[in-house]
Amino acid sequence: MEERKVLLIEDEPNIIEAIRFILSRDGWRVDTHSDGKSAVEAVRERAPDLIILDVMLPNRSGYDILNDLRGAEETHDVPVLMLTARGQTKDRELAERLGASRFMTKPFSNREILETVRELVG
Amino acid sequence: MSFDLLALVCASYVIGLFAIAFWADKRAEAGQSSWLNSPLIYTLSLSIYCTAWTFYGAVGYAARSGMEFVTIYLGPTLVMVGWWLLLRRLVRIGRTQRITSIADLISSRYGKSNLIGVLVTLLAVVGTMPYIALQLQSVTLSFDVFSANPGEGLNQTAFVVAAGLAAFTILFGTRNLDMNARHHGVVIAIAVEAVVKLVALLAVGIFVVFILAGGPGSMMDVISASPIAEQSIRPERWTVLIALSAMAFICLPRMFQVMVVENYDERHLATASWAFPLYLFLMSLFVVPIAAIGLNVLPDEANPDLFVLTVPLEFDRDALALLAFLGGFSSATSMVIVAAIAVSTMVSNHVVMPIWLSQRQGGATVSGDVRSVVTLSRRLSIAGLLALGYLYYVFSGGGGALAAIGLIAFTGMAQVMPALVGAIFWRGATRYGAAAGITVGFTVWLWSSFLPSFGAGGIISADVFENGPFGIGMLRPQALFGIDGLDPLVHAVFWSLLLNTFAFCLVSLLTLPTPLERLQGATFVNVFRYSENAPGWTGGAAEAEDLLMMSQRILGGREAQDLFISEAQSQGKEGYLPDVTPAFLERLEREMAGSVGGATAHAMLMQITGGEAVSVEDLIKVADEAQQILEYSSQLEAKSAELGRTADQLQQANEKLVALSVQKDGFLSQISHELRTPMTSIRSFSEILMQGENMSSGERQRYSQIIHDEAIRLTRLLDDLLDLSVLENGQVTLNERSEMLDAILDRAIAATATPEQYIEIQREPPMEAVPLFTDGDRLAQVFINLISNAGKYCDAEEPKLQIEVHMLDGRRVVDFIDNGTGVPPDVQKVMFEKFARGTDHRAAGGAGLGLAICREVMKRLGGDVIYLPDREGSAFRVVLPEARQAAA
Repeated sequence: MEERKVLLIEDEPNIIEAIRFILSRDGWRVDTHSDGKSAVEAVRERAPDLIILDVMLPNRSGYDILNDLRGAEETHDVPVLMLTARGQTKDRELAERLGASRFMTKPFSNREILETVRELVG
Repeated sequence: MSFDLLALVCASYVIGLFAIAFWADKRAEAGQSSWLNSPLIYTLSLSIYCTAWTFYGAVGYAARSGMEFVTIYLGPTLVMVGWWLLLRRLVRIGRTQRITSIADLISSRYGKSNLIGVLVTLLAVVGTMPYIALQLQSVTLSFDVFSANPGEGLNQTAFVVAAGLAAFTILFGTRNLDMNARHHGVVIAIAVEAVVKLVALLAVGIFVVFILAGGPGSMMDVISASPIAEQSIRPERWTVLIALSAMAFICLPRMFQVMVVENYDERHLATASWAFPLYLFLMSLFVVPIAAIGLNVLPDEANPDLFVLTVPLEFDRDALALLAFLGGFSSATSMVIVAAIAVSTMVSNHVVMPIWLSQRQGGATVSGDVRSVVTLSRRLSIAGLLALGYLYYVFSGGGGALAAIGLIAFTGMAQVMPALVGAIFWRGATRYGAAAGITVGFTVWLWSSFLPSFGAGGIISADVFENGPFGIGMLRPQALFGIDGLDPLVHAVFWSLLLNTFAFCLVSLLTLPTPLERLQGATFVNVFRYSENAPGWTGGAAEAEDLLMMSQRILGGREAQDLFISEAQSQGKEGYLPDVTPAFLERLEREMAGSVGGATAHAMLMQITGGEAVSVEDLIKVADEAQQILEYSSQLEAKSAELGRTADQLQQANEKLVALSVQKDGFLSQISHELRTPMTSIRSFSEILMQGENMSSGERQRYSQIIHDEAIRLTRLLDDLLDLSVLENGQVTLNERSEMLDAILDRAIAATATPEQYIEIQREPPMEAVPLFTDGDRLAQVFINLISNAGKYCDAEEPKLQIEVHMLDGRRVVDFIDNGTGVPPDVQKVMFEKFARGTDHRAAGGAGLGLAICREVMKRLGGDVIYLPDREGSAFRVVLPEARQAAA
């Protein structure tokens, strides 16, 4: 079975480390990218099975990135799990409207994120 | 000749007068009054000066005192000849100010003071009363001459005469409701009477001179032989009498009425200035001959006051006697009628109306019933005045010679003279002065002239005459201030007018005029400057069409047309343009007053009709109304400007609130983010650790470290938030004390010395030796922030931080300049805001509140922190608080 790839777009080093730990134990290959501007290119390059996307990124917002991803044919169907530390309803709504597969508010439980990832790439 | 015939003739004469008056009024109403307005009629109307007193009394006067009677004619003659000086002013003022009586003129001049109006009215009533009595007496006496039973029923005759005169006056004197309108019927009637009395006197005179005496030559002989020739001229009496009659000519209410109020055209004065003296000359021409013959042919006990009648009767010239009787009757009635009109106008305007209006709520509500009240009050005043005259006649017992009563009345009315002269020549004259003068003069006249006229033991007891009131000799009625031996008349005139004038001048000088008085004063004194043209009232000149156009602008097209059409219909005219009658103008003015105010309406109508110059008073009223409107509209403007400002402020406040709300949302969102991010790490790693899965001890160690670091980060964030909140709310307590700058810098550098964020710091110790008086810990907090920022962000290979202290514009500044690439311009703009972190905030470790806190702290301390954009690296400048004297 081919190795499943997840691209984590996040700028907090400690959070990156935590997610990497959780997912790699489950057999995922975790690539990371921490800049908003070049995020879409990184997605094209890595062609991940799943994207975990933070909203508050340096230089470009996660929403804009999501919008681009959903607008492009090759990334149109890639599942995207959005993470945000701003847990307001309007953030969730915006994410869903833009086509996010799931939306999770920080802080999350490890089990929660693991199950969600498994679900999305079932 | 029978008494019945006399009564019949008399009644016919009166009926004839009624008819003439009625006819003249009709003509005037129809607008065909041109010849009624001739200078001749005006001159003849002035002849009411010649009353029964002059007609009968002059002869009696001459029989008793010789030529002195001439003074009564000389005074008015002087006034008429000098009309340019005084009369012209009075007439002009009367026209321009729409004066209704002498009381009105004086009260108008003194700031519309009703007190003055009442005083003059009182004077007029008291002064006119004996005069009317005098006329009643003369008519009664002349009737008695023809009576079968002489001496009987005198009072009844007087009563009938008084009642008849009251009826005539009420009928013709109050027909026209406009108080300012002229009484055409009355004027014509008195003009006719003027002719009758002149003709009668001339007829008797010619009879005496040419028939009885046999020609002028022999007449002179008779006069020379008579006692008249023996009378000597008393200069002091002559002077006083000429002056007195001149003043009376001007001040008597009836004279003012015909001369000023009934005047149609100012130019008539020029004609009257020679025609009236001529009339007086003719009236006086045969006085001495009649007196001389009377004394000669009639028994000693015959009353000289009746010579005009009794001489023809003595020679059985019944027709001549009848003519003479009619002349005397004319003299008496014309005087009474005009005097009653004049005085009743005063009483009504200055006494009754003010009382009536003050009794009603709303004061001067001009409604329809006011006019009926005016008419009623004037009618009652006329009846009342004649009743008073009758009562005076009854109670004075018909005593005293006619001439004496006349002079008493003259003296009374002359008390108005100082105030009148002051009114038109002296701008400094005030209402208080006028009131004081009139009151003093009136009092002195009452005491020294009027009350004594009832004779000793009448109203004033003989004792008071002899010894003065309460034995005060100084106040004896006919010897005031102990000056004895003067002729009573000279005495009364002298003291009353002297004290009157003195009081008037003194009080005027001591008091200040009100603004309206000032203005009226200027108008009156400079009447010719203010009214170059005072054309007569010519209602017909107004074009109905012009009026309609104007009314439409004010009343609205439809209402104005309806008004004009209804007026035209009521006049019996077809179409929409009625005749411009005074009644219509009044109606129009009332209608317009409802829209634009009375003063404006009057002024506008006057402009179009050109009937009368717009008076200054009109203009003041217009200005007042305009002023009120102006004030009101400027108030509205101010209010709307205020509303506008309030709306702007609300708008601004609203925008501010919206911005604040957005800012607050953003802030909460930021805080949420800053709190949740470390929490995420803590939760994740603690769960990893809890599961205790197989991991190296190095991993375990590292994850614990992360949890620890993130917990500290959280704590610091909360500390910063609290600090900022305290600083922003101004609740911070500063612990200010004296401290050296270098010591504070030392502390700050020590606090930031961490191995992972090493930066070489370059200082200039000599420059740092600066004593400060401030909160050293807070200042150190700012320095720590800047130094640690340099440590975090300086991207040079060998990071260096230069700390420079120097003076700039009198302020000490501390610059922190590193050797990195500096803060990007877009970040520069926002970095002092909360949560405005630079691009790469992973390295920052802080929550982005540091610089915001720095700025708040510096502001609290009285300094500032700014960024210096034009330096090589990042350059922050701390402006230290202004040096303050350390507290001792």
